[in-house]
Amino acid sequence: MTSPTDSGAPLDVRWSGVSVDLGGRQVVDDLDLLVEGGSWTTIIGPNGAGKTTLLRALSGTAPYRGIITIGPDEGVGLGRRERARRLAVVPQHPVIPPGLDVFDYALLGRSPHQGVRFAASEDDRRRTSAVLERLGLTDFAHRFVDSLSGGERQRVVVARALVQDAPVLVLDEPTSFLDLGHQMDVLELIAELRAERSLTVVCTLHDLTVVGQFADRIAVLDDGHLAEHGTPGEVLTPSVISRYWGVDVRTEIHDDTSVSVSVRRRER
Amino acid sequence: MIASQTPERSGSRLGAAWLLSGIGAVLVAGVVGVATGPVSIPIGQVIRELLDRLPLIAVDSSLSTTEQAIVWDIRAPRVVLGLLVGALLAGSGAAYQGVFRNPLADPYLLGIAAGAGLGATIAIVTELRDVFGFINPVPFAAFAGALLAVTAAGTLSVRRGRIGSPATLILAGVAVANFFTAIQTFVQQQNSETLQQVFAWILGRLSTAGWGEVRLLLPYAVLCSLGMLLSVGALDVLAVGDEEASTLGLNPRATRRVVLVVASLAAAAAVAVSGLIGFVGLVVPHAVRMMAGASHRRVLPLSLLFGGAFLALADVAARTIQAPAELPIGVITAFIGAPFFLLILRRQLTS
Repeated sequence: MTSPTDSGAPLDVRWSGVSVDLGGRQVVDDLDLLVEGGSWTTIIGPNGAGKTTLLRALSGTAPYRGIITIGPDEGVGLGRRERARRLAVVPQHPVIPPGLDVFDYALLGRSPHQGVRFAASEDDRRRTSAVLERLGLTDFAHRFVDSLSGGERQRVVVARALVQDAPVLVLDEPTSFLDLGHQMDVLELIAELRAERSLTVVCTLHDLTVVGQFADRIAVLDDGHLAEHGTPGEVLTPSVISRYWGVDVRTEIHDDTSVSVSVRRRER
Repeated sequence: MIASQTPERSGSRLGAAWLLSGIGAVLVAGVVGVATGPVSIPIGQVIRELLDRLPLIAVDSSLSTTEQAIVWDIRAPRVVLGLLVGALLAGSGAAYQGVFRNPLADPYLLGIAAGAGLGATIAIVTELRDVFGFINPVPFAAFAGALLAVTAAGTLSVRRGRIGSPATLILAGVAVANFFTAIQTFVQQQNSETLQQVFAWILGRLSTAGWGEVRLLLPYAVLCSLGMLLSVGALDVLAVGDEEASTLGLNPRATRRVVLVVASLAAAAAVAVSGLIGFVGLVVPHAVRMMAGASHRRVLPLSLLFGGAFLALADVAARTIQAPAELPIGVITAFIGAPFFLLILRRQLTS
């Protein structure tokens, strides 16, 4: 099969009438959402709104009804390998195998480009080295991943996803468990990489304070429905946030149209 | 560059240094095994005799005909069998550990050896005919039993692709092992005329080994080792869990199934010729991981080599500790392996 990834053009991602049942509960309900090729869409919403499930449907790890397309083709027809060439996933809770060093962990990202034996070629190793260097991880190459700090580890997981060389990057809560400085590090890194590689970025975040500075589009998911969808300036308003999160916020719109959100304690 | 000349823990390439140390261990264990026994033959002469048997090499070992027979017909096949059985048990242990992502998985503890034992016992007592007149049916019966056991233990602890805790798998294995051992004992008692034969075999031994057993095992050893070595890359991908492995393009269930079949054939073939020898599949891969890191690209080949060396040396201990009497080799491996198991278990519980 010829892959649209060969041309290096950005790929659209589209959910059309997608529903996901998990254990009898409708977690995602007849949802339509388009993420245009090369753009960054962040999905936000209260806990349990279905954000992670939406991403799992996209990555083929949760069964769904409806149609999800990655580029010109439907996801279900792609097969694992081709899907993995189009879509790299940074999971919320990555499984870190004990006793594996940073280089070998990142090298796993080459898997969808390898044969049935998953044998790494010299080219695979060169690409992995290049990504580690780009992310400032060269000095860590021989450290065990399970010995790294949270911020370093997240960088390594992002490295694995980049090594995959997929035009779509999917990140599920990439900043959870990171302090504010490391949160900004990761998001700024993704922004740079998106520009360098014209990636399509689909991301979930639960921290509203920085969301508006790192996305072209924000989608608000509430109880499995797409509640709001638009630019940060359109979506991140005090009224929208009050409606779905029940908190009072102040927003600040910057010159570049990005939005910061700060929250105030509620009066009882 | 990433490759290195000195053995190191980090990295996934096998590397010449590690490979040579494994081969060295096999050679040392082989020579020690052949040189040890009630009739003392100097080790230098043993080496010369063995070299003499290699094609294109002619060296005079100055051994008498009797001594040559002792070296070549009695000791050598036993040592070779120990190497093969140890390799298969350790290799299958490493494969099971990769498939179940569980450092406690072992053909003995999962009940796979017991299943193979039941299959083999049934084949022995019913005096099954050779398949096609020349293929020994015992390994096949053992394979069927092993597959049944691993399916049972796996089904009990894997639900919808989600793997239970390491302890769950082992508890399931204990139940499966006891169940199969009970049936095996029953079948054995029902057939008192072959009782002695089965009983001696079930304890685990290499003592009756001749070249016949080696010839029986060799094709399985080659086939299974090759199969397991071809799966090291997939096992490394599987180490990040089913869901992530799937997003990296691997089919986790299909991979698990294929590797389980190959590993079970390896364990069954080992059990079919040598009975129940426990803990080799646990101790050796674990020691290898401590030395060379966790990548299956190293763990599997090195487990095959060091597993062979380990069992050949354990057999030397079994032969010499109570000489001229022999200890069952399973006693030696359990003596080393059980404390090891507790150590790993403890580490699992604290992490």
